Amino acid sequence: MADAAHSPVSDALWRRPRLLLALLVTPPLLWLGIVYLGSLFALLAQSFFSIDEFSGLINYEFTLKTYGELLRASNFDILLRTIAMAAAVTVAAAIVAFPIAYYAARYARGRWKAVFYLGVMLPLWSSYLVKVYSWKLILAKEGILNWLFETLHLAWVLEAYLAIPVVGGNSLSVSWTGTFLVFLYVWLPFMILPIQASLERVPPSMLEASGDLGARPAQTLRHVILPLALPGIVAGSIFTFSLTMGDYIIPQIVGTSARMIGQAVYQFQGTAGNIPLAAAFAVVPIVVMGIYLTLAKRAGAFDAL
Amino acid sequence: MTPAVSFFGVSRHFGEVRAVDGVDLEIGAGEFFALLGPSGSGKTTCLRLIAGFEKPTAGSIAIFGEDATDTPPYRRPVNTVFQDYALFPHLNVRDNAAYGLMVRGDAKPARRAAADEALALVALEGYGHRKPSELSGGQRQRVALARALVMQPKVLLLDEPLGALDLKLREQMQGELKSLQRQLGIAFVFVTHDQGEALSMADRVAVFSEGRIQQVGSPEEVYDRPKTPFVADFVGASNVLPAGLVARLTGQDTPASLRPEAIRLGDGPLSGTVVAQAFLGAATRIEVACGDITLKVLLPKDMAVPDANETVSLTWDESALHMMNRTDG
Repeated sequence: MADAAHSPVSDALWRRPRLLLALLVTPPLLWLGIVYLGSLFALLAQSFFSIDEFSGLINYEFTLKTYGELLRASNFDILLRTIAMAAAVTVAAAIVAFPIAYYAARYARGRWKAVFYLGVMLPLWSSYLVKVYSWKLILAKEGILNWLFETLHLAWVLEAYLAIPVVGGNSLSVSWTGTFLVFLYVWLPFMILPIQASLERVPPSMLEASGDLGARPAQTLRHVILPLALPGIVAGSIFTFSLTMGDYIIPQIVGTSARMIGQAVYQFQGTAGNIPLAAAFAVVPIVVMGIYLTLAKRAGAFDAL
Repeated sequence: MTPAVSFFGVSRHFGEVRAVDGVDLEIGAGEFFALLGPSGSGKTTCLRLIAGFEKPTAGSIAIFGEDATDTPPYRRPVNTVFQDYALFPHLNVRDNAAYGLMVRGDAKPARRAAADEALALVALEGYGHRKPSELSGGQRQRVALARALVMQPKVLLLDEPLGALDLKLREQMQGELKSLQRQLGIAFVFVTHDQGEALSMADRVAVFSEGRIQQVGSPEEVYDRPKTPFVADFVGASNVLPAGLVARLTGQDTPASLRPEAIRLGDGPLSGTVVAQAFLGAATRIEVACGDITLKVLLPKDMAVPDANETVSLTWDESALHMMNRTDG
């Protein structure tokens, strides 16, 4: 039969499965190996060089001097501030995302499941910049939030909050609270989806078994649901934590003038021309994530995988 | 004596579907009780009603005489062995077995000792440190059993306990469950769709069809004296003779059941042609088309088996014909 089902190419590949595998895997491996890992190592290498303060030229000799620069008070503040912000955003995202993910995994069926996915994904379809600028308008002194507080005769609450040092400011849009809220909003889907996926894999019978053995619902949450959702929470926190640490646009548009790591990298490699210091800054999130994942693994976060 | 479980007109409807429909039932305190029926017959929903995972739409449930209709599962003196075992994957075998004691707040040494004892009871000593994922299906089921028994329930519920095991293991576990139940002296209520399993293990069997109980009785009763054509057909694949035919043969106008092993080849009231043969090892089953009904006949090994399309005459003892109710339910 000379029909389409008889293809010499398919037959030849069927007889040599390893060749097929090699054909499939080689292009992405090349991409990952050369373009991605290659540039990452080039970056790492840069951080071990230093810059000549007078000429502004890069000195291509191995040194830890650039990493020493990171410990200088003004630079170290940037690191602490960024890590604190990333941690706060991650914890808040986990707290907000869990009930949403739980509802979606355990109760939403059919049409409501579609509504859930749409609701979570829809914000991802619009431009990131548009969302951040809308938030600036929402949080501004003349913005919707201010108007809402005034209408409800609660303007004094907002003012009292803005008077608190560190988290407050002239208005929400130039405060750390503003930056935090925008980060929380923008990264929330990246926390909801992995938690939902991990909860989806917990069979209902497991929760029934826990109740059957005498556990009250709160105990089932603590001893069964949370441990089994932990891989999802950790996966989500990897997203929210690393995305917050690397972002340089949100703190630029919403928040105070104090910089975060992303902005520092942007300035040092651009206007300041200090590539080694920019590279050293960029290494920090990688190291922090490495430490975080090691701790999570040791705490048994991946045992249920 | 107070029954372990009582159902008073219990119904559980899911929208239009009547999963359980007006069931009255009493299960004795030390009984090995089987809920038998095809899938969708309501037997599993009945088990879930006892465990408290479902609430009755109508009627009430009592456990040891106390009304339990609105009691949440975590307050009932019953424990369940789930069909998929539902072991906690993040806990090792011992912590799985000790889970109920842990949430109850028992001290660590006490619950470890109790868990190890329960694991010994199901022949799993020394497995305490393994994860459920490292066990075979049969071992997982034993862990599920130990986890339920450690709570010293008054009633143990088993949902298709042997369904996922291979034949050899299934037969072994049947014996072990039976002797375990005798040893503990508590009520075992198990759900199965396998009539052989129900007949060989249970003290009493409730046969379910479409949310209703067709018959409750000892294995001998439901096998030898089925009340309805459904029971006759489902429990041991008996032949159901329609009322018209029975009236012609005996003058009594009710359907009757006739066991395949009670029919012999020889001069008798019915004859027909052999349409199918199946060799079953110890016996051969043939199907004989007699007019508009087809009768199953079980021939012992030493009997000559007629060829296909051969015409045979069928006979049986008068007492083998068992009269039944006219309709189901």
